[in-house]
Amino acid sequence: MENLEFRFTAHPARPAAGAALCGVVGSGNMEILIRPGDEADACTVSIKTSARGFGKIWEAVIADFASRHPVGGTRIAINDMGATPAVVTLRLAQALGDYTGGAQ
Amino acid sequence: MKLIEILNALFPAGHEVGTFGQLIAGTAQTSSSTVAVLGTTDAAAIGHDIALGLAGRILDIVDQHPGRPIVFLVDTKGQALSRAEELLCLNGSLAHLARCVDLARRQGHVSVALVTGEAVSGGFLSFGLMADKTYALADAQVRVMDLKAMARVTKIAHERLVELAGSSPTFAPGAENYLSMGALEAIWDAPTAALLESALDQRVAKGLLVDGRMDAGRERGGRSLAAQTVAAVLAA
Amino acid sequence: MNAPVHTQLALRHSYFEASARSRVAQLLDAGSFREFLPPEVSQPSPHLAVLGIPGAFDDGVIVGSGQLGGKPVLLIAQEGQFMGGAVGEIHGAKIVGLLRRAIVERPAAVVFMVDSGGVRLHEANAGLIAISEIMRAVLDTRAAGVPVIALVGGSCGAFGGMGIVSRLCSAIVMSEEGRLALSGPEVIETVAGVEEFDSKDRALVWRVTGGKHRYLTGDCAELVEDDAASFRQSTIDLLAGLTEPAPGSSALRTEQKRLTQRRERFAGMRDGLEVWAAMGMARPAEVSLMDRDSLVAAKKGLPA
Repeated sequence: MENLEFRFTAHPARPAAGAALCGVVGSGNMEILIRPGDEADACTVSIKTSARGFGKIWEAVIADFASRHPVGGTRIAINDMGATPAVVTLRLAQALGDYTGGAQ
Repeated sequence: MKLIEILNALFPAGHEVGTFGQLIAGTAQTSSSTVAVLGTTDAAAIGHDIALGLAGRILDIVDQHPGRPIVFLVDTKGQALSRAEELLCLNGSLAHLARCVDLARRQGHVSVALVTGEAVSGGFLSFGLMADKTYALADAQVRVMDLKAMARVTKIAHERLVELAGSSPTFAPGAENYLSMGALEAIWDAPTAALLESALDQRVAKGLLVDGRMDAGRERGGRSLAAQTVAAVLAA
Repeated sequence: MNAPVHTQLALRHSYFEASARSRVAQLLDAGSFREFLPPEVSQPSPHLAVLGIPGAFDDGVIVGSGQLGGKPVLLIAQEGQFMGGAVGEIHGAKIVGLLRRAIVERPAAVVFMVDSGGVRLHEANAGLIAISEIMRAVLDTRAAGVPVIALVGGSCGAFGGMGIVSRLCSAIVMSEEGRLALSGPEVIETVAGVEEFDSKDRALVWRVTGGKHRYLTGDCAELVEDDAASFRQSTIDLLAGLTEPAPGSSALRTEQKRLTQRRERFAGMRDGLEVWAAMGMARPAEVSLMDRDSLVAAKKGLPA
């Protein structure tokens, strides 16, 4: 297992829920939990993944997502069992949609 | 230790316990009363026949000898592994046996289980772990799966599991782990009448309708998350 | 990929493929669910972390309260996609806590959505002890007059200790796709050989452990379609008629007699086909093709 920590600057999210969870920690899948963070214009991401050595890819995938979506002011936690980048992006979008009430 | 030696040591005042295949059943004398003796021997695999044999005898005790204490002697390598057994819902027969042990408790029968040989998975769940209190002899083997098989299934190196087992009681075989986690009440160096009679003592057995195993696990330091989690669910 | 994304598009919501969270949402009256220990206040199992395995915030089981057909229920839902729904220390304790809460709260029932291979081997001792505690807690809850209804239709079925737990419940609702047994076919094949049980022969596995077989032999109370709405309706119907008599030996004597007679009647059989023929099913080979309603009707027509 590898633990990864990232921080990205992003436009602030407008939460509609206190927290949102999407996905399941199953083979090729992951769960993502979004909660309020400490900085309005930044998003911190904490990942526990079963696959080692993919830190750069995680960073690129989430940086891309954070540049295109308002995820500031959130704290994201991911438990991963080998999700592909496409699944990661999908889960991020779903979780953010739930967190913001589908408004963004 | 042979079954007859264990019986002689536990019941010096006398016992009439028969073996029926790998099922054992009968009565024995303690210094104060007659007790029922039930269980399995020679690392029995529990199938329908043994499960129903034990269950029927428990119901007889409940109906014919109200209040008679029950001593379970546990030696099982687990459930019988066959298609024919599963076809007739072996989990259902084991559940039925567990319900009979539970009924005896509710009807006021004190029950004590002693692991004399092996205690594995489904066989252990169905009666040994259903007793009010469960004890084990020092050389008993209590487990779900040995570490080699666990390494195969979990794909974690055997050496790593051995290393971790030294610091955590959570997964490795061993009676002492089950003791620290609260599932065993004590480990006996040797079977004696004094130990058994103290286990059967009504004053000790008082209040056993409450399952106190996770509290014991917390107090002994082997299992603290369980009690904490239950409390959190109750308070949520 | 997560199944619900697809099934939400279909009119029918496959219970088998759904995640535990979507099953909960589809089972209960809309918007009535309240989760105890939701993910945002929970921690994954430290026992898995030590072994280098990512945990799940809910440790693979959801517990909470809600309304079902307007009646208050407490609910447990195991997530089969996480570690095979297997029971570890936290997972098991959440279930025990929920059952103990039911004794205090006295809901109309506890609904237990089982989807589990049994003990989580990574936490083997904690899992085994937890299952024993669940067994006692189910019986305590029933003895307090609160029925416990097991729903078995998930991808991991109800195996190992969870197979025992399911049979301790007041009633089991099963789909044809559900499986209920003690040892998994893979375990039997590994230990006793492929001749004993070919775990890759899916049709055989279902004839031995599947919902239709368990329904015909009376090991589950209700058979439903693999559809969340069917599980919901069947559970609502059961709730209307279910009571918990005080534990006594007469009910267990009846069960003892049933199990003993069945053992004699079907002695030596190794395939559901043989059992169904012995029960009087005219064309046992057609059972696997029958839809739910036809099978229920056929069972009613069997000789006693």
